[in-house]
Order: sequence, then structure tokens, then C-alpha cells
Amino acid sequence: MSADLTRRSAAELASAIASREVSAVEVTRAHLDRIGAVDPDVHAFLHVSDELALAQAAEVDRAFDAGEQSASPLAGVPLALKDIVVQKGVPTTAGSKILEGWLPPYDATITRKLLDAGIVILGKTNMDEFAMGSSTENSAYGPTRNPWDLSKIPGGSGGGSSAALAAFEAPLAIGTDTGGSIRQPASVTGTVGAKPTYGGVSRYGVIALASSLDQPGPCARTVLDTAMLHEVIAGHDPMDATSIPQPVPNVVAAVRRGQADGVAGMKIGVVKQLGGQGYQPGVLSSFRSAVEQLQAAGAEIVEVDCPHFEYGLAAYYLILPSECSSNLARFDAMRYGLRIGDDGTASAEQVMSLTRGAGFGAEVKRRIILGTYALSAGYYDAYYGSAQKVRTLIRQDFEKAYQQADVLISPASPTTAFGIGEKVDDPMAMYLNDLATIPGSLAGIPAMSVPSGIAADTGLPVGLQIMGPALGEERMYRVAAAFEAGYLAEHGTTVPQQIPALEGTAR
Amino acid sequence: MSELMDSGLMDYDEALERFDPVLGLEVHVELGTVTKMFCGCPTGFGAAPNTQVCPVCLALPGAMPTVNRQAVEYAIKIGLALNCEIAELCRFSRKNYYYPDMPKNYQISQYDEPIAFGGYLDVDVDGETVRIEIERAHMEEDTGKSTHIGGATGRIHGAEYSLLDYNRAGVPLVEIVTKPVTGTGKAAPAVARAYVAALRDLLAALDVSDVRMDQGSLRCDANLSLMEKGAPEFGTRTETKNVNSLRSVERAVRYEITRQAARLAAGQTIKQETRHFDESTGTTAAGRSKETAEDYRYFPEPDLVPVTPEREWVERVRATLPELPWLRRARQQAEWGFTDLEMRDLVAADGVSLVEQTVAAGASPGEARSWWGSYLGQQANNRGVTLAELPISPTQVAAVVSLVNDGKLTAKLARQVVDGVLAGEGEPDQVIAARGLAVVSDDAPLQQAIDDALAAQPDVAEKIRSGKVQAIGAILGAVMKATRGQADAGRVRELVLKTLGVDS
Repeated sequence: MSADLTRRSAAELASAIASREVSAVEVTRAHLDRIGAVDPDVHAFLHVSDELALAQAAEVDRAFDAGEQSASPLAGVPLALKDIVVQKGVPTTAGSKILEGWLPPYDATITRKLLDAGIVILGKTNMDEFAMGSSTENSAYGPTRNPWDLSKIPGGSGGGSSAALAAFEAPLAIGTDTGGSIRQPASVTGTVGAKPTYGGVSRYGVIALASSLDQPGPCARTVLDTAMLHEVIAGHDPMDATSIPQPVPNVVAAVRRGQADGVAGMKIGVVKQLGGQGYQPGVLSSFRSAVEQLQAAGAEIVEVDCPHFEYGLAAYYLILPSECSSNLARFDAMRYGLRIGDDGTASAEQVMSLTRGAGFGAEVKRRIILGTYALSAGYYDAYYGSAQKVRTLIRQDFEKAYQQADVLISPASPTTAFGIGEKVDDPMAMYLNDLATIPGSLAGIPAMSVPSGIAADTGLPVGLQIMGPALGEERMYRVAAAFEAGYLAEHGTTVPQQIPALEGTAR
Repeated sequence: MSELMDSGLMDYDEALERFDPVLGLEVHVELGTVTKMFCGCPTGFGAAPNTQVCPVCLALPGAMPTVNRQAVEYAIKIGLALNCEIAELCRFSRKNYYYPDMPKNYQISQYDEPIAFGGYLDVDVDGETVRIEIERAHMEEDTGKSTHIGGATGRIHGAEYSLLDYNRAGVPLVEIVTKPVTGTGKAAPAVARAYVAALRDLLAALDVSDVRMDQGSLRCDANLSLMEKGAPEFGTRTETKNVNSLRSVERAVRYEITRQAARLAAGQTIKQETRHFDESTGTTAAGRSKETAEDYRYFPEPDLVPVTPEREWVERVRATLPELPWLRRARQQAEWGFTDLEMRDLVAADGVSLVEQTVAAGASPGEARSWWGSYLGQQANNRGVTLAELPISPTQVAAVVSLVNDGKLTAKLARQVVDGVLAGEGEPDQVIAARGLAVVSDDAPLQQAIDDALAAQPDVAEKIRSGKVQAIGAILGAVMKATRGQADAGRVRELVLKTLGVDS
């Protein structure tokens, strides 16, 4: 019974809870048990909120039993929250030693929305420190392992969230995507993750990496679940000045439409620049079969040219470090978090310096140094200024491409999951993981990854990236749902259903 | 220590014979909004430390700023009153530097796109109008407040520990920056003072700040450089901070002129640096020297969108601008019939609004000016306070004036009543009652005193009776003595003459 519950989708669990077939407490307990069984191997969670989660589930049950109106279509369903999102009274570290032991005194807007929706927050998931990385190996608290193969990385920075989904520890998760941190982990774990249009989901209470790029989003094992979660967390927030004053997109309806009507008559663009050199053969062949499947379903496939995408990675690695060098300045030991060297003789400046030296990991320091340099007087125009120009050119590439196509597609990641430790000493190799996701981040458009299949060469999952124009979430979800349904029809199974069973060794 | 090896000071007049001073003034004004610049915390002064804070102004992880619309409106108002253009689109930027009382370790400010730019303020300096060009007025947030405990200087260096109060962190500020002010010569210190005074009056009239220099809601940084007469380029400037009163503005500029002149005359250079003004000695001292130049790494604040004040809004704000202080002053001078000199003295003594309120309470302008300008002016001087700080209200002054006009007080008694009010003895009526100061207006006791005096000095009485009326002084003196000065001398005179049967 318990194992069965963890295999179900969020939509199935929600209706089982609403119909009182099972209680929210049973569902929560099943997932907590699963975490207890497999997380010693997977290490998706940095903190598990057993008591809070069970209390929340009990409240959902009480409301249903009292005949009250359901808090949301996902009431009672458990979720894994990326540790970059603050939750009042629950340890939040962003994967960094510098925040070890900090208890936030407030809730992020999305935390508040999740709680108000009756979604049960199981705990906080592991991540690369301050979301800097593509493998979750940069976490100060140790790496997360990929449930497909425990020797592989689960992607990053949101590897904890993607692994929690793939390990059936939670049916829903929250990620944040700055250059691909939702999409690339989804891709390498065979799960679904969507980065909404920039400003579509509030950033208030999400610890900032690069403010002009960061975007929280929904993750799940099915497109429908992802869309349902999307509708819960999206919407204008007066606490976030960059939040878009637009209604929540009807992505659940778009999913139903994709499942019913498919993609017939839609124009789907294949980005010429996102493929070929640097992409693993198994990834490319999976992508080609995805294109064929869409074409067979009635979509018109067009090739689009985005000539400035090749400068995306360089521009991104100027903008991101610049913004993060400033965003991370607040971690100075004065008000919260780690404090080193405060022995009564050291000056405030020395304590700041010692704390930052001890509290930040190597990748964080690398980016702070890069960004500090890029913003320096005399270099600003050459670096930050030029990068912003590239950003404009990339946005224009997208605008032109959307005159030819309704959505654009590419592989979500150039490779399938690589081995833990394989790229830790080569930052550049690590950065290349985000080659396909970075252009969408720079342009602020919505983009998601859905499983396109299993790579023939590695036996690991491959992700298909679907990109919509700004505020074009509905057509993006429609294509994703149609593709997912087409895959099931063709293969008789979904990619997540092929995840090897983890029995857990630490029971 | 370097001050000891310094070249000392040059005589002020001599300095001005060789050099032309160039002024630049940066005034920070704390806006009187109810809430902070980027969050909903209250801005009131004097609350217990760290009680007016939230995740945003404490820079907790994840917190984000949102712009206070009222603060933007005040900034527009200030810009319009300074004859500036109001930007159609402006941005906030981050000014990055580390300091413990700045929670984010960057200040949200405006850099190359201020909300207001290119204005001017006409300032009256000893009867002459000097136009001060305004470079820009921009919005930013205040820092918290550090209190350094245990050091000799009260500065961070040498302190044993420091206390941080973040109540002020995020309070909205507008910084008003002048263009370089040249050609003022010897008047430079007076011009600096007059500019800050005029700006203060303007901001008070706009009702955008309480402009209390003593509480730091108006702060001035004075930049000064000297150029050799006829030199083509400005010299190196210093920026003097901690200038917390109008008088300090004037003294700080004057001191820097004499200090820089001495260095330049001795063949030394001026270091571009921040200096601190010491109110007790009237001198400036170098701040901590930095090995490297400040690099604030400005970049556009990515957590905020550009501010785009619609023209309709700007015009609506323009329509609410009050009468500007100098126009108001000209009107008042005409209404009150004061001479230029009288008005200037009154302005210099900060007595205009006191006179205005005294007139509104019923006194004539001349009487009001006479009280505030002379007797109360002396009292303020003796106490070392401003007129406004004297513990007497315009209403109370008007009441005293009215009592004099009604013959209930003599001028001398009136001063005693005012002394009583200043001493905290209550309202004028209460002082009169408690001190027994009322003019003896009842004729019966007066007549008794007159009869006594005439009886005591029959020879004088005879002289008066025979027409030598000037002899009356001796009788008046005796009567005044008998009534302890509380008699109206005019009335006594009338009664004496009547008693003796002499026509007055």
C-alpha cells in the first residue's frame, strides 16, 4: 500500500485524498517512509520536516472530513522544496556552510502559496551551493546521487529536487532555474521541470543567485503534475518588483488540450545552433526520434537560425558572476549565519573576511571574484556592458524564431548524467552542461524539459527542451503533454516508469 | 599625526588674494515618508534600536525591495522646486561597498540616471542673489547607524566594540548635488551657508522632510578646492563630512580654504580625501586614508524595474508646489512694511515664521518684529539657543503685546512677564498674577499715593501749581516707587495735574 502510494502521480494522489480513498497523513507517511528508506543512498534532502509535514497533512484531512472546500486541486500532496526557498522556522542553507543553522523568520511567497494550497512540504532538498553548479557536487553538505545510477550526478543545481522525484520520495518539487537548474536536472533524471517566463513566479524569499535570471518553477514526474503545481505557485506578487502583473496561465487546460488534440497544425522550430558538436550521440539520436514523433503527430518542423546563441555562455558567465558578487555580499556574519573569528580582538572587517573565507566554497568564491572583476571601473563596459548587448541580440534571435515557429525545441542537456567526480576539477566542462538552457534564461522565456527517452549509448534518460515565447507557457505545456502522451502510446510506458527500483540499503 | 607636519593655515584674506575657491555641495535629505524607501517599515526617529526592521531592510536571504511611491513623489516635488527636469525613465543602481551598518553591503541608489537633473536655486547672500546650479537630485536609501564604544574618537578605529541599529537602514533619502560653484571669492563660506539655509527652507516649505540638521535628517558634505588665480583647471578637492549645522557649513569651508591655501603656498599638494569637521575646534581632519581608490562597482539594480513617472503625475505634483520661501518672504516683507535690512536681520535670526505666527495671533508686524528681533533675540543669545527653541510661543508673545496695548502692562512690566514665561512660570496671565505685575489702573490706590507724595513734597507741589510742570518728575518717581513700578506713568501724570488743578 505504502510503496504503491509513492509510485502515483500528484494528480492521482490529490483525487484519492479528495475522495477520502486515502488520507493525506497516509500519503505523507508513505513518502516519509520512502525517504527514510532510500535517502541515505540518494541524499536528496538536507532537512526532513517530519512533524511539520504530518501536522500539515492532518490539517488537510481535518478540512476534508469537515466538508470544507478543498484548499487547491493538490491539497494533501507532498512536495520537496529546494533549500534555496525560505520557509519560516525550517533550516534553510542554500547548500552553503555560511547559512548553517539559520532559521528563516519569514516565508517566501511561493512557500506561503504552497502552504495555503494544502501542499505538504516534506523538507528541503540538496543543491549546489547558492545554485552554482550542474551536478549538486558543489553542495557544502555532500553530493546527491542519481536514482538511475547511484554513481552518477542528478544534475544541478536542483539535483536534490530532481533526485527526490526520480527516487519516488516526492511526487512534486520546487526548483529554481538561473541557467538551467530546473531543466538540466530534469533532463538527467528523466523527470519534468519547467522554468516559467521570467517574473511569472515570485522570487520573494528565494535566495538570490543572479536576480535578472533567477526563476523558480515546478518539477514533477508528469507534465500534468508540473502544470498543476505551476498554477499554484505562479501569479503576480507585489513583494517582487520584477513579477509580471499578468493572470496565472491556464497551463492545466493546455495540458488537457495537448493530451486530447496533440500538436497537429503547430509549427515547431529546431534550433540549428543547439545540437551537433559537443552533444553526446545518444542524446542526439533521442532528440531526432523526438522530432520524428512530433512530425508524425502532425507538427510542421522548421529549422530556425539563432546566430547569437554561441555567445550565450560567455555572456551568461559575465552577467551571473556580476550579479551574484553583489547578491552574496550580505553574507557578512553581522546579522545571521556563520561567524568566524569573533574573539573580541578581531575587527568587524576581519570577521567578515574570515567568515566569507570559511563559509563559501570554491565555486562560489570563483564566481564572486569573476563578478567583482567584471564590474570594476574600467572593465564594466567591456564585460557587463557587452554581455547585456549579447543578451539583447539573443532576445532578438528568439523574437525572429517565434515568427517562424510556435515553440522551439532542442536537447535540454548535451549529455546524459555523468559520473560523480568526473568534472569537478574542470569548471569549463561543467559550465558546458548549460549550453542549451542558457539562451532561454538570458531571454527570460519559458522553457521546460520533458523526458525524450533513454540514450542508447549510456542507458540513461535524455531530456527534450521545449521553449515558448515570453508568456507562452500554454503552448509550451501543450506540446510537452502531447509529446509525453505520444511517447506512452509508442512505448507503452513512460520514462519515469523505467527508473530502476531503489530498495534502500540503510534500512 | 600628519597634521603636525602640515603647513598650518594661511590668513583668510591672504588666501583669497592668491586663490579662487570652488565649492560643491552635496546635501542628503531624509524624506518624511511614513514608511521606508523599499519596505513597509516605519521611519520615525528615536524608536528603540532594531524595532523598525523587517526581512527587506535587514537584508535577510531572499528578501527583495519594492519602491515607495510616496518617496518618488517627494523626489519629483524636490526636483520641480529646484527647477530641474524630471526624467521620463530613471533607474536604481547598486553601489557596492562593505560596511556593517549597511545590511546588503550595497546601497540602492541612482547612478547615471537620476530622477531630477539640471536645475538651479537662487540664494540671497547679504542682499545679492547668487544662482547655484543644481547638477542632479537622486533617490537612495539611508544606512543603519553604528555606535562605536570604547575608542577615544567615537570612530570605528580604536573602538572596543560597535552597536548597530538598523532602524534607519532603508529610510528614503534624496541627495541634491550642485555643479561646481565658482566666482564666489571671499563670500564662499557665506554662499555655502546661504545655499544650505535656502535649501532647508525650501524643503520645509515643500513638507517633504523635517530638515533637522541636529538629528541628521539634513546632512551636508562640503567639497572645496582652490585654484590659483587665472588657472585654467580646478584644483584637487576635499570632501568634508559631519557638517551638522549652518554655522558648521560656513566654518568648515572657511577652514578648508585657509588649510589648502597654506599647503599649496608651501608647494604641497592637496590629497583627494574625505575629511571630518570637528565642531569643537572648528577644524577638519583627514579620514582614514585608503590604499586604493573606492570602486563602487555600480550596476543597474536587477531587483527593481525602471521608474517611469508619467507626465500627468509630474504635472499633478507641480500643481501642489507651495509658494516658494523667497517669494513668500518678498510678499511678507511688503505686507509687513519692513525695510530690507529689517527683513534680512529677521531671516538671519530665523524669525520669519515666528513673526508670522505672532501676527496671526493678533500682534502688529512691527510689534512682533520688535519682540523677536530685540528682547527675545538677546534672550536666545544669552541662552545659546535659536529663537524657535525659546520656551515662549508666538501666541504668548501676542498676548503680552495685547496687554501692553490695553494699558494693562508697561513696556518694562511686559519684559518681566516675558521673563516669567521664559522661566516656565506659565501663561502671561499666570505670571502677572503670581508676580503681581499688573499695571495699577485703579485710580483709588494711585490717588492715595499721589496725595502722599504731594504731602511729602509741598515745595514741589507748589512749583507745579505755579506752572513749572517739569518738576512733576519728583512726584512721579515717588508714586512709582510707592506702587513698585506698576503704575502707568501717563495716568499718574494726569492725576497729579488734576489734583493740583493744573491743565494738562
